[in-house]
Amino acid sequence: MDATDQKRLLREMLFARRFEERCAEAYHERQIGGFLHLYPGEEACAIGVLEQARPGSDYVVTGYRDHIHALKSGMDPKALMAELFGKEAGCSKGRGGSMHLFDPDVRFMGGYALVGGPFPLAAGFAKAIQLRGGDEISICFLGDGANNQGTFHETMNMASLWNLPVLFVCENNLYGIGTAIERSTVEINQYKRVAPYGIEAAQCDGQDIDVVMAHAERAIQHVREKRKPYFLELMTYRLRGHSMSDSGAYRSREEVEEWAQRDPIGIYQRRLMDANVISGEEFHALDQAVQDEIENGIVRFAVESPEPRVEDVARYVYVEGDK
Amino acid sequence: MAEMMYWQGILRAHDEEMARDPLVFAMGEDIGVAGGTYKATSGLFAKYGDQRVIDTPISENSYTGIGVGAAMVGARPIVEIMSVNFAWLAMDQLMNNAAKIHYMSGGRIRCPFVMRVPGGTAHQLGAQHSARMERVFMGISGLRVVTPATPRDAYGLLKSAVRCDDPVVILEHEAMYNLKGEIPDTEFFTPLEGVEVMRPGKDISLFAYNISVHWALDAAQKLAEEYGIDAEVIDLRALRPMDRAGIAASVRKTHRALVVEEDEAPVGVGSEVMAIINEECFFDLDAAPVRVHALDVPIPYNRRLEKAAIPNAADVVAAVRKMLGR
Repeated sequence: MDATDQKRLLREMLFARRFEERCAEAYHERQIGGFLHLYPGEEACAIGVLEQARPGSDYVVTGYRDHIHALKSGMDPKALMAELFGKEAGCSKGRGGSMHLFDPDVRFMGGYALVGGPFPLAAGFAKAIQLRGGDEISICFLGDGANNQGTFHETMNMASLWNLPVLFVCENNLYGIGTAIERSTVEINQYKRVAPYGIEAAQCDGQDIDVVMAHAERAIQHVREKRKPYFLELMTYRLRGHSMSDSGAYRSREEVEEWAQRDPIGIYQRRLMDANVISGEEFHALDQAVQDEIENGIVRFAVESPEPRVEDVARYVYVEGDK
Repeated sequence: MAEMMYWQGILRAHDEEMARDPLVFAMGEDIGVAGGTYKATSGLFAKYGDQRVIDTPISENSYTGIGVGAAMVGARPIVEIMSVNFAWLAMDQLMNNAAKIHYMSGGRIRCPFVMRVPGGTAHQLGAQHSARMERVFMGISGLRVVTPATPRDAYGLLKSAVRCDDPVVILEHEAMYNLKGEIPDTEFFTPLEGVEVMRPGKDISLFAYNISVHWALDAAQKLAEEYGIDAEVIDLRALRPMDRAGIAASVRKTHRALVVEEDEAPVGVGSEVMAIINEECFFDLDAAPVRVHALDVPIPYNRRLEKAAIPNAADVVAAVRKMLGR
């Protein structure tokens, strides 16, 4: 990877971080409502894996912590922020919200609140690919908590049985909402849980984007060429709460502090600085530029966009009625 | 015009749609090699192969979800749930994903998903194999719910459902698969909305759907022959969205209404039809509308108890006579 791409990746992770921090502010200002699940600490997962995929061609689906997966899939950040603000210009026309982002134009398929719900959907996208032919794949990002749903086991079984081209990415952030993984799950190494289904799997560090990309490249190649599922477990950590309402009582300050030392942006920034790809000054300028873009381009667009019309509340229930 | 059985109508619809469009595929328990519990997919496995006629593991929620996912990206799945009781297990994917995706994506993602569900009280199958769930499905915004009473509509509704861009649930009946009836030789489509007048009449409207259409037709014949009462029989057919205008038109003509349903009364087709009558044409009524329905019990195994739990044509006749005082 050349220096230009390295700087682009660093910028993408930084952009993701600043975007989410700005969302938190907007939430406190009550410009964003409902539930809001933010991604800081996990940026290397979505960005690293999808860097190796073909956005716009491969299908991507995830749960409710979905902003960065949508962005890296190619969604316009203005449409994303407008959605969070509940505006008609939002990616789901203000009908979805933070947990229900959609952009079929770039094959970002959502955005789901039910933990474990996207497993079979991802397998369904792969089933459609299989029927049509073609070398696209389906990529499903979910957390470790989703693996205790029945849909995890049912879908792994069928995906393997029917040779469906799905990459399952488990973002293991060690907590299912506010319960530690060892208190909810017998086998804490998630990649081992797909072995009975005959699915190849690996586990790696999710904080170092170079490590993520190396593993994702192999995983995607396996799915794309062998037309079989693969399960990649990324060990990661969310630096903020599960959602905006989080007591934090379930984990210690020391633990959070320890993981903050392994911040994916910090790791990559130091690596690029050590290799003289970027200077401290350049990084600072990059950060300023990102924040300016978010504030003056994206948030302003969301603020100034019109609300959906109340007369349209019953639109989109059926396709037929919407013609 | 050929006489066919209900299951043969369903099979013919599958076959025609699968031959027409390579993205139409069928999934369910035992539908492939075994040919389907009610033969409704028999022969398709040999003709279309295991990629398009898929025997699933007993994992209702996830194979439903696989169908929903495939539908979201342009395929046309027909998912069979072996018995409606098992559909409870698939409710997450059906209700949270299939029904809501078009709306919550602001109209950007369509879900042309079809679920076929045998249900109803057959022959001593016990409480966990004899349910009806229309009152659950018809309460879910975003779904279309239809239910065929005849072989013709078993064929025509499935044809329409496969072509529809909305998710459609088709409620079939376990005791009706061998029912015979005429199906036109040329292709046709039963509309997914609207009632059908099965027997015109002027004295009272009998609203029915699925198997209860036959109870209503039997009752109407007896009422005409023995009591001189001219009953109109309306097949509701589409339970969601329900045809408010069609219901009101019949009541405005007869000024009396009775709803007969196989399901228990609280929260169901009968209560919905009566609410529609209240809202649309209350002042056209000459008498308070009446419901004939199952007892509010889990369906018992014992044959006599089972029979006692669900209504029949005689119950309809008795209710009409009471309403008309004849």
